[in-house]
Amino acid sequence: MTTADSPTPVLQARGLVKRYGQVTAIDGADFDLLPGEVLAVIGDNGAGKTSLIKALTGAIVPDAGEIRLNGEPIRFTGPQSARAHGIETVHQDLAVAASMDIASNMFLGRELRRPGVLGSVFRMLDKKRMRQEAAEHMADLKIGLRSLTQAVETLSGGQRQAVAVARSVAWARSVVVMDEPTAALGVKESGQVLDLIRRVRDRGLPVVLISHNMPHVFEIADRIHVHRLGRRAAVIKPSEYSMAEVVAIMTGALTVDGSGGTVVADSEAAKAAGVQAT
Amino acid sequence: MTATTTPYAGLTTPSTARRLLTAPTTGPLAALLIACVFFSFSTDQFLTGGNFSLIVQQVMVVGTLAIGQTLIILTAGIDLSCGAVMAFGSIMMARMAAEGSLPPLLAIGLGLLVCAGFGLLNGVLTEKIPLPPFIVTLGMLNVAFALTHIYSKEQTVTELPGPLTALGGTFPLGHTDITYGSLVTIALFLLFAYALSGTGWGRHVYALGNSVEAARLNGVRTSRLTIGVYTVAGLLYGVAALLLVSRTGVGDPQAGQTDNLDSITAVVIGGTSLFGGRGSVLGTFIGVLIVGVFRNGLQLMGVASIYQTLITGVLVILAVTVDQISRKKAR
Ligand SMILES: Nc1ncnc2c1ncn2[C@@H]1O[C@H](COP(=O)(O)OP(=O)(O)OP(=O)(O)O)[C@@H](O)[C@H]1O
Ligand SMILES: [Mg+2]
Repeated sequence: MTTADSPTPVLQARGLVKRYGQVTAIDGADFDLLPGEVLAVIGDNGAGKTSLIKALTGAIVPDAGEIRLNGEPIRFTGPQSARAHGIETVHQDLAVAASMDIASNMFLGRELRRPGVLGSVFRMLDKKRMRQEAAEHMADLKIGLRSLTQAVETLSGGQRQAVAVARSVAWARSVVVMDEPTAALGVKESGQVLDLIRRVRDRGLPVVLISHNMPHVFEIADRIHVHRLGRRAAVIKPSEYSMAEVVAIMTGALTVDGSGGTVVADSEAAKAAGVQAT
Repeated sequence: MTATTTPYAGLTTPSTARRLLTAPTTGPLAALLIACVFFSFSTDQFLTGGNFSLIVQQVMVVGTLAIGQTLIILTAGIDLSCGAVMAFGSIMMARMAAEGSLPPLLAIGLGLLVCAGFGLLNGVLTEKIPLPPFIVTLGMLNVAFALTHIYSKEQTVTELPGPLTALGGTFPLGHTDITYGSLVTIALFLLFAYALSGTGWGRHVYALGNSVEAARLNGVRTSRLTIGVYTVAGLLYGVAALLLVSRTGVGDPQAGQTDNLDSITAVVIGGTSLFGGRGSVLGTFIGVLIVGVFRNGLQLMGVASIYQTLITGVLVILAVTVDQISRKKAR
């Protein structure tokens, strides 16, 4: 995939493995995220996309394999160590605390304390500053949640998703990873999240977007990582393949050879998917 | 898509009045006030400073246990062992000081440490094996209960040195005598009200009770936090042990046998959810007072104590029903 003159991937993995008892969720997966790109990760349900990005963001520790950040080998011991390296994640289940308000969720695990002895000795939170900064982040991202003191459980599914997306974008310094951030969203709100992803990319941050929505993927991705049976099946450019072909790669009807050409693995299935080998 | 659009609209800031009406402590507080008004009209002796001081004294031991219980329930745990741990702590302090001839302050210190140790053990077993807190603390209830009886040889320890009963001493406030122990309990309530609402630690406790996984993914060290909460709760049971000894003036191996359920009762009546993640020690303080006021008022009215228990039971079911309904609404 990578040639001599291509840039060092921001986040890279080789041969990742993660087993849950009998299930192998990640089966020798490779991964490359290049600077400033939007990389879509697609694959069938249960292909192991979530497991892969959990390993890449410290949420799980892989059994084997290597992860590199900006070319340097790195071991994330937990979510906080990935966060310390500027990697922020929107998890598929959002990872919000339902009874807590929006501002508290934005600052969860990174609360600000009052300056001086109030903060150092009495550990007093700076609630006002956190509310202000949360409001500024929301405004920056053009996410119009009007009250930040509302409990997250009182929000709609889409609004909750917006909070999780905003939180990740606000804190990310090197990578944003989003696991199906538009799953609960309507057409308009999905469009806004895609817009947000573009703005993040324009700030120079690379984005990993897991999605089942092919039109979204083709609209926004610079490259598409196709995940299948726990490992990377192919990385392609959306300009060079049709949606039908990508779906065929996802299901195993087509495989991509070393030079980037497709090979019919299962001609019946390929015909059913409506594609011809190039 | 322009800068002026407000996506995800439909959020408004609730008015102050609305927020007060829907605050989780509003219901318990109203119940407390109604009970106070009712008993004031029913019996002359109720509405006096002396009687209120008495109520606080009567509830300070369970109240202190209930602070620890609140912390644990906020993490979606439960502690059945608190009363038994307290009983063991109190018998240890009493015996070591009275018969073991240890300096009283050292005896108190060791008692506190042992109670904290029980909490630590509860936390470690819950978190590291892991086991459901209900089972761990049920086991610990029996262990601590048995140790209390073995260690005390079923004997009540009397003739305690001064420092062990010092908190039972009083000072006058107007015409009312207040015990130092009551002040300790109130100070602990204030301290933990602050810790829960004003510090990052408190926010993490709530987050943990909402979802362990969400807390973990946000960088909260959930295992350490859980063990810490159980340990702090154990330490509070140690303080309750000292309050118990100071109030009764003896080390009694039979003490505290229903205090575990009484503390859970107070927490639940105070509006803290058994499912974790919502509630407050302020609510628990109100809950403790509700139980105390009902007991005291009914007693003054000459109602047999078994009816007090009956009413407490009804209150618990009522409180849990309110919690369930409000949780459903929130979804
Ligand atoms: N904690 C776990 N324990 C056991 N098995 C797991 C666990 N997490 C994931 N798996 C298994 O690993 C496999 C991959 O799951 P994963 O969630 O990574 O898939 P996915 O590609 O994200 O699917 P989806 O598109 O449905 O989100 C599945 O077979 C799943 O059952
Ligand atoms: Mg997934």
